[in-house]
Amino acid sequence: MTRKLSCREILDNLSAYVDAELDPSLCEEIEAHMQGCNPCVAFLNTLKKTVVLVRYSGEPEQVPQEVHIDLHRFLRDRCKDDGPGKES
Amino acid sequence: MEEARLVQRARQGDFGAFEQLVTRTESKIYGLLLRLVGNPEDARELLQETYLSAYRNLDRFQGNAAFSTWVYRIATNHALMRFRKKNPETVGLDEIPVPTHEEIRERGVSDWDLDPKEAVLQKEIRGLLNRAILDLPPLYRAVVVLRDVEGLSTAETAQALEITEGAVKTRLHRARLFLREALSPHFEDARDDRQGMR
Repeated sequence: MTRKLSCREILDNLSAYVDAELDPSLCEEIEAHMQGCNPCVAFLNTLKKTVVLVRYSGEPEQVPQEVHIDLHRFLRDRCKDDGPGKES
Repeated sequence: MEEARLVQRARQGDFGAFEQLVTRTESKIYGLLLRLVGNPEDARELLQETYLSAYRNLDRFQGNAAFSTWVYRIATNHALMRFRKKNPETVGLDEIPVPTHEEIRERGVSDWDLDPKEAVLQKEIRGLLNRAILDLPPLYRAVVVLRDVEGLSTAETAQALEITEGAVKTRLHRARLFLREALSPHFEDARDDRQGMR
């Protein structure tokens, strides 16, 4: 006999649910709860939308040309005579 | 040339091979640093420090993850070290303001009337998101950036930040709640059909 989850317990587990990191039995309990709880469904939807927004907020950042040039010049100056694997 | 071969040659002192590894990964690492520190000048300096460390520690790279994942770890450490230096009190901050279940229940919940993939194309919304991410304390920000922006797994994020997987999951959940809270006023359904939690 499984105990019914409260909204608070659902809330605590929602990220792990979104990431599919929960035991299948707990997922089933969450889904059963969602059948009869519109606020938890709305909360889940908005949390999922938050994750998608964050995921796509990171436009691929192309390194600006001057940053690329500076970086390679810096590394040539600092590394070339050292050889790899030498902490200084 | 494949990555493992480049790493091997770089370890043997072939600086050209190391430069190729840098060129292949620098955009990803620059993007990561920019999101972690929020300004191009710091990101530029940290990028240099990161690859210098990577070169000096090449013999420690195990090769069981991608080179870029290993460099993610170094870059994140350098960014967190910089935060510690600037604001030692904020880095270890364990509490962030997220609403409790009681507060959510009282206020009610309404869905957001938007398609996130379309919404994020708007400059204004990207600005709002980036500001909200930068409002997170550094460790929470690092977790959310590595997991949700860069797409690292929980295990890889834990490794990069030298914390447990449990701590990654807890911080990620709280960071997402914080971000959801920051975004809610802008996206809540205009029909205002809030429903109370039990």
